[in-house]
Amino acid sequence: MRSKVVLARLARNPQARYGLVALLLLLLLAYVGPFVGAHTWTDKDFLAFLEPPSAEHWWGTTQIGQDVYAVTLRGMQKSIVIGFLVALFSTGLAALVGAAAGYFGGWVDRALMWGADLLLVLPSFLIIAILSPNLKGGSWLWFVVLLAAFSWMITSRVVRSMTLSLREREYILAARYMGIPGWRIILRHVVPNLSSLLIIDATLNVSAAIIGEASLSFFGFGVQPPDVSLGTLIAAGSGQVTGYPWLFLFPAGLLVLLVLSVNLVGDGLRDALDPGSNQ
Amino acid sequence: MPILEVNDLNVTFRGGIKAVRGVSYQLGQGEVLGIVGESGSGKSVTSLAVMGLLPPGAEVSGSVKLHGRELLDMPEDELIGLRGKTIGMIFQDPLSAFTPVYTIGDQIAEAVRIHQKIGKDKAAKRAVELLDLVGIPHPDVRAKAFPHEFSGGMRQRAMIAMAIANDPDVLICDEPTTALDVTIQAQVLEVLKTAQRETGAGIVMITHDLGVVAGIADRVLVMYAGKPVELGTVDEIYYRPRQPYTMGLLASIPRMDRPTARLIPIDGNPPSPAALPPGCPFAPRCPMRVSACDEAEPDLERIGPGTRMSACIRSHEIELKGLDGATIYPVPEAPAETAEPRPRAERDTVLSVENMIRHYPLMKGAVFKRRVGTVHAVDGISFDVAEGETLALVGESGCGKTTTLQQIMQLEAPQGGTVVVLGKDSATLARADRKALRRDLQIVFQDPMAALDPRMPVGDILAEPLRAHGHKDIGARIAELLSLVGLDPSHAQRYPQHFSGGQRQRIGIARALALEPRLIVLDEPVSALDVSIQAGVINLLEDLKVRLGLSYLFVAHDLSVVRHLADRIAVMYLGRIAEIGTVDEVYGRPAHPYTRALLSAIPLPDPDLERSRERILLEGDLPSPADPPSGCRFRTRCPKRALLGAEEARRCAEEEPSVVRLAPVVDHGAACHYPEEAEVVVTSRH
Ligand SMILES: Nc1ncnc2c1ncn2[C@@H]1O[C@H](COP(=O)(O)OP(=O)(O)O)[C@@H](O)[C@H]1O
Ligand code: SF4
Ligand code: SF4
Ligand SMILES: [Mg+2]
Repeated sequence: MRSKVVLARLARNPQARYGLVALLLLLLLAYVGPFVGAHTWTDKDFLAFLEPPSAEHWWGTTQIGQDVYAVTLRGMQKSIVIGFLVALFSTGLAALVGAAAGYFGGWVDRALMWGADLLLVLPSFLIIAILSPNLKGGSWLWFVVLLAAFSWMITSRVVRSMTLSLREREYILAARYMGIPGWRIILRHVVPNLSSLLIIDATLNVSAAIIGEASLSFFGFGVQPPDVSLGTLIAAGSGQVTGYPWLFLFPAGLLVLLVLSVNLVGDGLRDALDPGSNQ
Repeated sequence: MPILEVNDLNVTFRGGIKAVRGVSYQLGQGEVLGIVGESGSGKSVTSLAVMGLLPPGAEVSGSVKLHGRELLDMPEDELIGLRGKTIGMIFQDPLSAFTPVYTIGDQIAEAVRIHQKIGKDKAAKRAVELLDLVGIPHPDVRAKAFPHEFSGGMRQRAMIAMAIANDPDVLICDEPTTALDVTIQAQVLEVLKTAQRETGAGIVMITHDLGVVAGIADRVLVMYAGKPVELGTVDEIYYRPRQPYTMGLLASIPRMDRPTARLIPIDGNPPSPAALPPGCPFAPRCPMRVSACDEAEPDLERIGPGTRMSACIRSHEIELKGLDGATIYPVPEAPAETAEPRPRAERDTVLSVENMIRHYPLMKGAVFKRRVGTVHAVDGISFDVAEGETLALVGESGCGKTTTLQQIMQLEAPQGGTVVVLGKDSATLARADRKALRRDLQIVFQDPMAALDPRMPVGDILAEPLRAHGHKDIGARIAELLSLVGLDPSHAQRYPQHFSGGQRQRIGIARALALEPRLIVLDEPVSALDVSIQAGVINLLEDLKVRLGLSYLFVAHDLSVVRHLADRIAVMYLGRIAEIGTVDEVYGRPAHPYTRALLSAIPLPDPDLERSRERILLEGDLPSPADPPSGCRFRTRCPKRALLGAEEARRCAEEEPSVVRLAPVVDHGAACHYPEEAEVVVTSRH
């Protein structure tokens, strides 16, 4: 019922419509594109180093003969996966921590919010930069965990304050007086009633995470070779922008498109979910 | 010549919502026209249309003439000149009528200066005069206060002062007292009458409260589904209603002056204004419906010799046969009373509250909070509920009813005193015992919308307590619960939003019953419902109590409902119990001056009685519970104390009275040093 209304509003919002279409096309490119190209991302063509785009290599080749098209799409897949996973983890963590702090109050609240404040003041970029390369033994999943661990705090504060007002709602009181345990009230009554906020937050977190990944990887602190992401590709191509622009332009362009389309969808969702807006 | 003339007014909102359909009325000089009807019947939209205040997107047709001048096609700037000058308006929520950043006095003076060419200090003086007229104490000081510093009743009075500032010819009041407590409502209605006397204005009084209209109106217009269905003098409408909806409405009200065994509800719900039935809009609920009713919508037509109008094809027949609501509506059967209940003293006590105290710290400061005082929300109250009994807790808002309920529901040790539920002291409960006890103690909330999680289907809402307490065969139990409260079991998949207010309250009751409790706490369970729906829910509560052997602790501010539903009543004032006893004793022989004032303030849906009644008007508002008066808490407003000698009055100020039994054998006690004996509620002649 409500989700139908929201979807209808979303479809009526032109920005969100373009954003959604663009995002779907980009996802299609990232995941179906590699099957269309003639080369895989691990292939090396020893007859073509630093070739400009051509019929054989649509987006050109790198200095070791990799097909830029294949490598960029591979990097884009990684960036997308990291973006979505980080968003999922950080929004989920924000929801649980914020709701628990708001619902239980007392020392639980103080402890959780103290933790959130601590993480807020720590220089996250520096910490990830130091820790991430040292976790080489592990996979890029560690990187996801680190990114998520430093991006949930503000949302959790918002969730906490909204929980404080939800907590006094009669249906929550009713549940409490029926003897329903606290964590169950949080999962069944508090979090679902904050879903608008959380959906919007998760969407915007995707683009923030993609940018975060790219910037850390750009400086060599994120995704480690032989893995590639848009960030590492941009870093590799940035030195040769003037001579061999295709190395830089394709990953950088895709990054911009990706972030832009996710943000458009996020803004559209905000309008569609906010009952105050009259679209 | 009438001052205000409304003819065939129609208002349609976007989406084909026909909110008002063909309203016509005339208002004479000094006349009070009451417009009554259930929520959504188009009362407010009618008056907004008259004021030209409808939101954009509303289509209006018909005619509204003020002193013979058409208002509907008048340009906005001319209308602004009339609003506040010739027509004044009073809303339900007075806070929205004042800007928070200016003082009340400035805003009233401003209203004067917009329409009259007078100097600033003269306008300020006029504002003080007006505040004095509406009974604000120390008007010169209070004029400098900001809106949020006024209590609800004072704000409403200030709004009346603003509305009459320019001697309007017409005053439109939309539910002016609905948000107020009865003693304050009585004051405000008195002020309105004074204001009318001073200005000679005609008043349109919109309300859903048939008691208020009976006391103030000369003529009454009854609305249903956007349409006027009956119009007549107040006596005609109340004593000889000729339209089945009006008849049902009047029959469904619980009467404090002549309690009946059983209330008569009107089945069903008002139609949605976007999907009206083809013929008479009341037909789906009408007990007199015949097939001709579905053919065309009956118009408001004259019946009898006077100005009496009714929209029903069977009005003449009703008139001829002299039918009334109690004869045409089926009276629901009362559940068979199982055996004579044992005397109260022999029954188990399901709830016992002894000297319970709940204080809140009063904090000040935004950054560094410091404690500046104590709110004495509940200050040592004692009562008990025997098995199978209903105890009603009544009192004005802020007297500590909700705090009392919360303290009981929490099942934790109170700050002082004891709470014993089903023989178990809440202070000594272990975790597992507390959870087990929750099965036996359930609650139904006031607002049926807020009490149900909007994101859960009704089936899940009912399943929740069952799962938490490890029930099996949940599906069957849900179906059983829904039919127990009179809902269709196949609706378990629907969401709360898809039910009407009365149905939602039934869902709330079903949830409370899920675990087969023994004691149910009812927090204003029917006050958010319209009367015709309310009657059905009250009957349901009565049936369930008998069938399932429940006990109720029932909080309410509507003393007519309490008289009908409760066995015993406890009247609270400022965190203390003023009077407690059986309903017959307390209503028949109220002993505490506060109870007497409360009872005399209830408007009765009986114009004759209202005209002949002596009201005991209380002065001022409830004192702050952070600083209760010394001695007797009621002494600042007590009308009795004024009549006492100096020596006796001193006792009221020095010694706090506690509840004492008035006679050795009766179940009736009052906390007053000088309790009274005589009756206050007169009974009806009709
Ligand atoms: N701005 C609006 N837009 C659409 N429908 C409205 C609007 N205002 C009121 N209504 C509808 O008009 C009908 C009559 O409302 P109202 O006059 O407020 O009833 P009452 O005052 O009798 O309770 C209701 O069904 C209500 O939902
Ligand atoms: S017209 Fe028919 S359905 Fe309508 S109120 Fe009269 S008897 Fe009832
Ligand atoms: S004790 Fe005195 S002040 Fe209190 S209610 Fe009785 S008469 Fe009034
Ligand atoms: Mg209204």
